Amino acid sequence: MPYDPGSDVIEVIRHPAKNPAASTFRVFGETLRGMKTTLARVVEGPVTIQYPEEKTPVYPRFRGRHKLHRFEDSGLEKCVGCSLCAAACPSDCIRVVAAENTPDNRVSAGERYAAVYEINLTRCIFCGYCEIACPFDAITMGHDYEMSDYTRSDLIFTKEMLLAEPLERTPLRAEGE
Amino acid sequence: MLALADVNYYEPWWAQIVKAILIFAVIFGVLPILTVYERKLLGRFQHRYGPNRVGPFGLMQPLAEIVKFALKEPFRPRTSNGFLFRVAPAISILTAVGGLALIPWGNVQYVLGTRFGLYGIDVSVGPLYVFALGGISFYGIVLGGWASGSKYSFLGAMRAAAQLISYEVSQGLALVGVLISAQTLSLTGIVNAQKGMWYFIPQLCGFLIFMVASFAETNRAPFDLVEADGELGGGYFTEYGGTGFVAYLFAEYVNMLVVSGMATTLFLGGWLMPFGIHPPGWVDPFVVLAKMMIFMTLFIWIRATLPRLRYDQLMSFGWKILLPLATLNLLVTAIIVVH
Repeated sequence: MPYDPGSDVIEVIRHPAKNPAASTFRVFGETLRGMKTTLARVVEGPVTIQYPEEKTPVYPRFRGRHKLHRFEDSGLEKCVGCSLCAAACPSDCIRVVAAENTPDNRVSAGERYAAVYEINLTRCIFCGYCEIACPFDAITMGHDYEMSDYTRSDLIFTKEMLLAEPLERTPLRAEGE
Repeated sequence: MLALADVNYYEPWWAQIVKAILIFAVIFGVLPILTVYERKLLGRFQHRYGPNRVGPFGLMQPLAEIVKFALKEPFRPRTSNGFLFRVAPAISILTAVGGLALIPWGNVQYVLGTRFGLYGIDVSVGPLYVFALGGISFYGIVLGGWASGSKYSFLGAMRAAAQLISYEVSQGLALVGVLISAQTLSLTGIVNAQKGMWYFIPQLCGFLIFMVASFAETNRAPFDLVEADGELGGGYFTEYGGTGFVAYLFAEYVNMLVVSGMATTLFLGGWLMPFGIHPPGWVDPFVVLAKMMIFMTLFIWIRATLPRLRYDQLMSFGWKILLPLATLNLLVTAIIVVH
């Protein structure tokens, strides 16, 4: 007498009858089916990306290491030392010390320039708020994500390092990839 | 080799020593390659590469691992039994290597005027000898688990005891079908009896039972309850590190090789080639090795495919399905052979 689940149960899926011979046969059949499935994985081949040699391509809006920019024509720095990025920074990792531009020492296009511009990358959370806060597009987020180093002080990036042409170490994801 | 068994033919003593060293050297050369092969193949089954950093194609991986294991600090739990704790892995590896002597790699060859059997020894009780060694190897596992003085090791050892006893019965019975077909217990004799047809065709049921039981006997997935890492933290070798662990690991792989060799000899025609090809005698060991590799691949393939059995499933499968099936197979074979 099978168990009656009552009227509120519409359908009961019962397992096949537990006939030892039939279940043995089924076990071998299912094993073969499973082996076919795993073999198909061998045929498909690995999907692993061999990291140091091959890199995961990044999206265009990927937020990696920061870059500071210059004007292409005059070569002057875009940054005017307004410290809005430092104010926007939630982890407080940007330090800007501004100085006045003089006629014989003209660094930026505005009145003032950043004499010191440091980003402490050990604290940076790569939120991109500095990029949004900047009125002159002087700081943007780059694509580089390989930033490990041996000491903490090596990860405090100075203005020269941020201005320098970044190493293109990470491939950009192609359209539709 | 004194009164162990009735040896069909004695080579000169130096030939026996050379053979022993050669078999040992070849197997222990194959073992590291096998571990890397297993891991690379498992990787392929899971959409990844497996080890490929150490040396070309990751082939130096076992070398690096041996160095790592050998340099590990040997430790022993306070609750353990010191002597047995150290002896148990040795028992395991000794019995595993003992089984290697039985695998026939080829027929008797004539070299330098003397007869050379391309096997360790050819005893007239071949399979029984292997089973005897299997029975002793079980002590290596149980003593290791018990002497560790840890509950996980002990649980693993108890599982091993129950599992090995259950499946040894079916394995033995599956094998008897071959023995009564071949009318001999000598392993070379069994291979020679397969000249007409390899036994896995008439003994298909016995072959399948033997393979399933072999998976259980060597503690391989899906019957790896003994070392179920998720439940027991490693089973009987939980407390072993460094060389003791390596000894168990090597014993497991040698056991796999012995079982593959046995399956090759008993069901796949040993050194015989299909389609009536008769290569020169020196090719025989390579044929056997290739057939063994087929079985090793099967071991790995199954490991990549099947999940671990539940304990009650293991027991009911062994006693309620495999054992009656093996008995039936034996009975039918006996009736056919007698007729």
